Amino acid sequence: MIETSNLTRKFGDVTAVEDLTLHVGEGEVFGFLGPNGAGKTTTIRMLACLISKTSGEARIADYEIGNSADCQKIRKIIGLVPDNVGLYEDLSAYRNLDFYGRLYECSDAQRREQIEYFLKMLELWDVRDRPVRTFSKGMKQKLAIVRALIHDPQILFLDEPTANLDPEFQKTVRDFILELKHEKRTIFLNTHNLDEAQRICDRIGILNTKLVAEGTPEQLMESLEGRKTQVQLQQVTPAVTGAVERLGLLYVVSSGNRLVIDVSDPEKENPGIMEAIVAAGGHIQFITEKHATLEEVYLKLVRDEQ
Amino acid sequence: MKLWKAWVIARKDFSTFRTKRYVIYSLVVVPLLISIGLPILIWLGIGNAPIPPSQLPAIISGLNDVFNAFSFLFVMLAGFLPISIGAYSIVGEKLEKTLEPLLATPTTDGEILLGKVIAAFLPSVSAVYAGAVIFMVLMDAVTSAKLGYVYFPNWTVAVILLITVPLTTILSTEFSVITSARVSDARAAQQFGALIVLPLAAIYLATEIAFVSLTPANLLIISAIILVIDALLFSLSRATFRREEILTKWK
Repeated sequence: MIETSNLTRKFGDVTAVEDLTLHVGEGEVFGFLGPNGAGKTTTIRMLACLISKTSGEARIADYEIGNSADCQKIRKIIGLVPDNVGLYEDLSAYRNLDFYGRLYECSDAQRREQIEYFLKMLELWDVRDRPVRTFSKGMKQKLAIVRALIHDPQILFLDEPTANLDPEFQKTVRDFILELKHEKRTIFLNTHNLDEAQRICDRIGILNTKLVAEGTPEQLMESLEGRKTQVQLQQVTPAVTGAVERLGLLYVVSSGNRLVIDVSDPEKENPGIMEAIVAAGGHIQFITEKHATLEEVYLKLVRDEQ
Repeated sequence: MKLWKAWVIARKDFSTFRTKRYVIYSLVVVPLLISIGLPILIWLGIGNAPIPPSQLPAIISGLNDVFNAFSFLFVMLAGFLPISIGAYSIVGEKLEKTLEPLLATPTTDGEILLGKVIAAFLPSVSAVYAGAVIFMVLMDAVTSAKLGYVYFPNWTVAVILLITVPLTTILSTEFSVITSARVSDARAAQQFGALIVLPLAAIYLATEIAFVSLTPANLLIISAIILVIDALLFSLSRATFRREEILTKWK
């Protein structure tokens, strides 16, 4: 659905995006993480045909970025929620949506139905005739998302959709994105919110001008330190650590009563570990799989890159 | 180019400008000042004074020049009024952060620019016409008894209102929209946009010192020149509207 190959954008001497190669499949939610100035917004702008590329290739569906005729077609099949909501503050919510519906060439009936459907879904129907300037930040953000959906696009670009929202509105927006995911729309999500990326995204790319890493949240988390098994005991005794050492495994003791053990194949290794600990007199309270958090992965990769 | 899309953008702009007080003031107050103020000036000058029959031909000749010069003020008004709307058109979208979602729609540069031109043209030309009608009615009311005939409408004012005013409004609108797409704040856009009034003021001055006579023929020549500039400016506006530069360089 979205495909880029060595996509590069320079502003004068500054390279904003370098050799970006990625593939986002149909119905996939792809999260784009990266620090400020990493090129996330520039990437979205290139893919939305708002700015040109310096070199490389990019395609949306079967249309080529950079070809002006194709760009008009691309704009019809994508929806964009920019980092600034960009609504007409003096116009009502309904009028804002109706305006964009017309520009997206929706029929009268389609506009009416879509506006009513989404405004009701996001609990904005009762305030549809109020000027947008009277809306809270969260309401505006929801309206901006509806605007991007008014023409029923196959692909949605969301640039920091939950930034500056309170936790309750963040959840509403997140839940809405999940609804869209269930509708099998392809979603390209720029975000700083790692928790949000982990919850929503099928795959994540970490960008710092270049694509630093890419994979499912689980793959990324495993990639940092490998897989680990965490065993919480009543007490970590020398006999228990000795038993683990005899299995040839590396471990650390954390919080006084937890053993964090490096494993390569936990499904196979864990039963043996448990048996050894019990045999050494250890009283096991909990066993969990532990991997690095997405935040740890993100920070490490970005710092390494810098 | 889909003209209906330009109309959709223009209609949205009408709704937006309705809420901007300074736009309403400039569209209402300035034309009213001219259309009411000038007849009052004439009334104060000749309204109550008895005119000896021997001086009547000279006075009529003088009034003819004065009335034509006053009528040309509506051409200047046509150059002035679109500035406040036109100058804000693109820069306003940028300032309110609405340009990015607008440019993300399947709308061409030409459709956006034409919509902006229509949005500035229609209210401005309507305000000029409304002011001109009030001006002519009041002027006739003040002078018809003295002159013995109704001065307005006449061929000169017909050419001014039907040809020169619309072309000048287009000229000013295009110039303002171009300016608006090239500068990054509304005040600078208005200041640059106001430059368009200077050549019109020069023509007005030339009529006042009797260097140019505002005959229908001369007005048609002036209008033809403006028409050529209008066509050039529309091409220029499309060539200078760089959506990428607006999005990436303006803060």
